[in-house]
Amino acid sequence: MTTDSIPVQTADARPGTARKARKATPSGGRRRQLFRHPGAGRQHHAGPVAYILLGIAALFSLFPLYWTMVAASTDNTRVTQTPPPFLPGPHLLENLGKAWQDAALGKAMLNSLIVAGVIALSTVLFATLAGFAFAKLRFKGRNILLMLVIGTMMVPPQLGVVPLFMMITELGWGQKLPAVIFPTLVSAVGVFFMRQYLSEALPDELVEAGRVDGAHSLRIFWSIVLPIARPPMAVLFMITFVHAWNDFFWPFIVLDMTNPTVPVALTQLSAGYVRDQSLIMAGALLGTLPLLALFVVFGRQIVGGIMQGAVKG
Amino acid sequence: MGAERQRRRTLLHRLDVRGAPYAFVAPFFVVFAAFSFYPLIYTSWISLHRVELSTLNLMEWVGFDNYTALWDDDRFWNALFNTFTIGVLSTVPQLLMALGLAHLLNYRLRGSTFFRVAALTPYATSVGAAALVFTMLFERDFGMINWMLSLVGVDNIDWENNKWAAQTAISSIVIWRWTGYNALLYLAAMQAIPRDRYEAAAIDGASRWQQFLKVTVPGIRSTIVFTIVLSTIGATQLFGEPLIFGQGPNGITGGADNQYQTLGLLLYEEGWKNYQMGRAATVAWAMFLVLILVFVVQRVVKRVLARKA
Repeated sequence: MTTDSIPVQTADARPGTARKARKATPSGGRRRQLFRHPGAGRQHHAGPVAYILLGIAALFSLFPLYWTMVAASTDNTRVTQTPPPFLPGPHLLENLGKAWQDAALGKAMLNSLIVAGVIALSTVLFATLAGFAFAKLRFKGRNILLMLVIGTMMVPPQLGVVPLFMMITELGWGQKLPAVIFPTLVSAVGVFFMRQYLSEALPDELVEAGRVDGAHSLRIFWSIVLPIARPPMAVLFMITFVHAWNDFFWPFIVLDMTNPTVPVALTQLSAGYVRDQSLIMAGALLGTLPLLALFVVFGRQIVGGIMQGAVKG
Repeated sequence: MGAERQRRRTLLHRLDVRGAPYAFVAPFFVVFAAFSFYPLIYTSWISLHRVELSTLNLMEWVGFDNYTALWDDDRFWNALFNTFTIGVLSTVPQLLMALGLAHLLNYRLRGSTFFRVAALTPYATSVGAAALVFTMLFERDFGMINWMLSLVGVDNIDWENNKWAAQTAISSIVIWRWTGYNALLYLAAMQAIPRDRYEAAAIDGASRWQQFLKVTVPGIRSTIVFTIVLSTIGATQLFGEPLIFGQGPNGITGGADNQYQTLGLLLYEEGWKNYQMGRAATVAWAMFLVLILVFVVQRVVKRVLARKA
């Protein structure tokens, strides 16, 4: 899946509300005790089998990343021997340094940081503005426009790539970062995500109170909406950042090796004439490290955000 | 003086209430119209022309020539078929595994955050990095996967040049990156299923497996449909994984014999290797038609299933 998309709930049921509702139902504790069946749903504790299976799943998820590090820390001859190495070798820093130079990763990282940062910021800002309008403001054509937003989520960006390339060339943006940034400044999924959140989390009374006090719309947005919308904005920012950082197809087309983003620069490593596998792995590791760091620090929030945005049955 | 000011304020106020909503949604629609909708429409116009990459402003009208050429081109049918097979190979196991993983994560767990974050970590890797690592794991002579297979007595598999092996390897990259993500979507939906349904099923004597089939899966049906749609869109566009798996010149053509060339790769080959933008636009338009066809089929299947139920 390569579309810039985070899932969005279709029903107006966020996990929080569902959970609250469940807690509120007075389903007699004793009755539940009496009829508790060993298989009664999610209350059930995980047994050893579940832990073993989850452990295997975690191993599958993490092993390729671990092995990237192992391969990046050995030299080419060791990594191409059988059996392959399973433990880190002594050459990690040396290889990282060399890959950094060979793939021009310094420039690529800076480019990716700019691209992903600008795209994430603007997506969040415009999604919150539009989401607020769709959730709380009345205007003619609101429903039709919202349907349009939802409809656009289904259109993959790849389909318009030829005219887009012509436009970019005409504008003189070839091989320049604006070519990557401008087409992705907004996201339909983001708009829908913020709308869903704000329709529930922002009370109508608060907006009306602002109006009565004589605040204009932008003022209401700034002083009332933004503080409330901060948590979903943070989630949207991180998810958009990850997507923009990893985006490949379009940057690969409009950027070249003189001015690449990280994923584009990484292709350089594998297409080289002399293929040093350890160096390739060192490059792959470098290109992934910033996002891995993001995951180590904000993993719980990103997971929560994706789950919060999910479609509810 | 006071009345005048008052009137101006009400006028401004009205203008604000009426106009602000449009101003708030405008950035989205302006950017979308300029960089997504307009190109999408213009693609069909370009596909009726002969346009070369070096002379983008010279467009020569050729009518439906590009379409008939594409229809007669074996590479197109090959790419279409590959896109379909790689799509199935990557989507079906991915979603089934995600379902199982979500079920496991739905238990009351110690360290549930760890398992969730671990499952999602591959999502943080770029196509580039993931494809590079897997290409190496699938190396014919020294790759780890062939080494493991040799331990159980399987001969070296040529993952790059054998058609089905290559498609399997490429699919495994997709599966690795997206299973955890889909599992989290399923998990969120599972947690919204009311617990009484499980209790009712348990009272009726349903085993845990039956509960999974009769309560959990129907309970998250709309999420499953949603992930199928998303994965289908993703599969139609598959590009980076096969490109990088081919390691250089072979990547664009999807292997020496086009054995894993997808529609995305064909689009790129026509436009940026053969310099025929008109033809590339035709491929894009064909992809669009394929997507529409998939959605129509999916709707029909859904309706038929609903009628049966």
